[in-house]
Amino acid sequence: METFLHQVIAGLATGGIYASVALALVMIYQATHHVNFAQGEIAMFSTYIAWSLIQAGMPYWVAFFLTIVIAFVLGVLVERIIVRPVEQAPVLSVVVVFIGLLVIFNSLAGWIYTYTIKTFPSPFPEKPPFGTHLVSSHEIGAVGVTLVVLALLYSFFRFTPLGLAMRAAAQNPESSRLVGIRVGWMLALGWGLASAIGAIAGMMVAPIVFLDPNMMSGILLYAFAAALVGGIDNPGGAVLGGFIVGVLENVLGAYVIGNDLKLSVALVLIIGVLVIRPSGLFGRVHVTRV
Amino acid sequence: MAALLQVAGLHAAYGLTRVLHGIDFALEEGSITALLGANGAGKTTTLRALCSMVKVEGEVHFDGARIDGRATEDIVRLGIAHVPDGRGTFTHLTTEENLRLGAYVRRDKSSIAQDFERIYGYFPRLKERRHQQAGTLSGGEQQMLAVSRALMLRPKLLLLDEPSFGLAPLIVREIFAIMREINKTEKVSILLVEQNAAMALDLADHAYLIETGRVVLSGTSEDIKKDEAVRRSYLGY
Repeated sequence: METFLHQVIAGLATGGIYASVALALVMIYQATHHVNFAQGEIAMFSTYIAWSLIQAGMPYWVAFFLTIVIAFVLGVLVERIIVRPVEQAPVLSVVVVFIGLLVIFNSLAGWIYTYTIKTFPSPFPEKPPFGTHLVSSHEIGAVGVTLVVLALLYSFFRFTPLGLAMRAAAQNPESSRLVGIRVGWMLALGWGLASAIGAIAGMMVAPIVFLDPNMMSGILLYAFAAALVGGIDNPGGAVLGGFIVGVLENVLGAYVIGNDLKLSVALVLIIGVLVIRPSGLFGRVHVTRV
Repeated sequence: MAALLQVAGLHAAYGLTRVLHGIDFALEEGSITALLGANGAGKTTTLRALCSMVKVEGEVHFDGARIDGRATEDIVRLGIAHVPDGRGTFTHLTTEENLRLGAYVRRDKSSIAQDFERIYGYFPRLKERRHQQAGTLSGGEQQMLAVSRALMLRPKLLLLDEPSFGLAPLIVREIFAIMREINKTEKVSILLVEQNAAMALDLADHAYLIETGRVVLSGTSEDIKKDEAVRRSYLGY
């Protein structure tokens, strides 16, 4: 029983990471109706930036927030310079651009920082909390950070004029222009926010999986599964989906299919959801009047 | 009275299909001006051209400044509110959020709150439905919402595209009456596009008749009503 509980709790902890990457995916999907395959690599690259800042002697939390700002700017620049010119292009061209970005960021990180695995510090205490060994302080901290990010995002979209404008621009660009919203900038802002969220996820996952240029590839797959399970157009659903995928992956990996086949859980989930319930558990089913 | 809006030699095309072949018209400050014409004459395109929603050639002057070629978002900031064809409702947002978006470019936060009350005064039904998702409103309510969203900008000029489209005559009359009141009391100039020529001529001071992308007749509403050809083709008696 104790080990089962451990698997579930560890699943929730990794689920928190999947949740934040899934959240970043959903953000860009909502704003642009594109699935950004480079999301994980941008997160990985941002984590390397944080690592450099910490190596340069910066305190952890200063480096943490500075990295978020840098990632935000990076996201905006990628949208303005690379994604914008292909805005009107067919969806496959856009996919190719995203895969190109993925490869570029991956190689860039390998070139600058080499492929040697690096340790990344955790801001949370090393001692396990409440004297239990079920879960580490870092895992609890990471879940906490994910929930804070979700709450902040929710408040931003719900209660600020800019958040409202971003939702409007995603939904009806033409009417948005007619009320004076600069739609192009809203998309760039969405990219900035998504890559900032990705950076947070990267910094939270790096102490667990260690820092190397390929650290996000598996995570991105789980995050896709999470986003699809929750509904690709529902941020809250994506977070819940992240926790569900995390727990499923851990429990199935421990008891049913073994650790080596864990990643296939994500693939089965992706295909399963797409076949049975394409809009996800909590997604909006689109009904159109004809 | 000075012309608030002056349009000269306006051309527009969708791809290779030319729709406007040099439209000229003017709208006097404080007036209601109607653009009349049959389906496909180019009325909607003219409105879209004024807001840079289609590529245009020609000159458009508004309030003393040349505005053709400027971005839609910037034209809105000059005080032109456009109620588009199909109403342009943000269907997934609530009624209140739709109205808040209408005031997006305004910075005078305190008077925005008053404007909500003013609008709810004109259309009490929108107040009842303010937390309802806008896509679930009836056609008439959505038209009221579209007009209200435009008014939240506190525009100098209101562009109305077929406000009567698909609505019961009773509701159309209600909306037109409020348009007249807004024009009188708030000095908002209105450019109205309508297929329903009789109603448009009752509301408007001036009218232009557009046929296949050209202005073929213009004058005061009274004169146009008396025109033999208009009476037979557009008023139907």
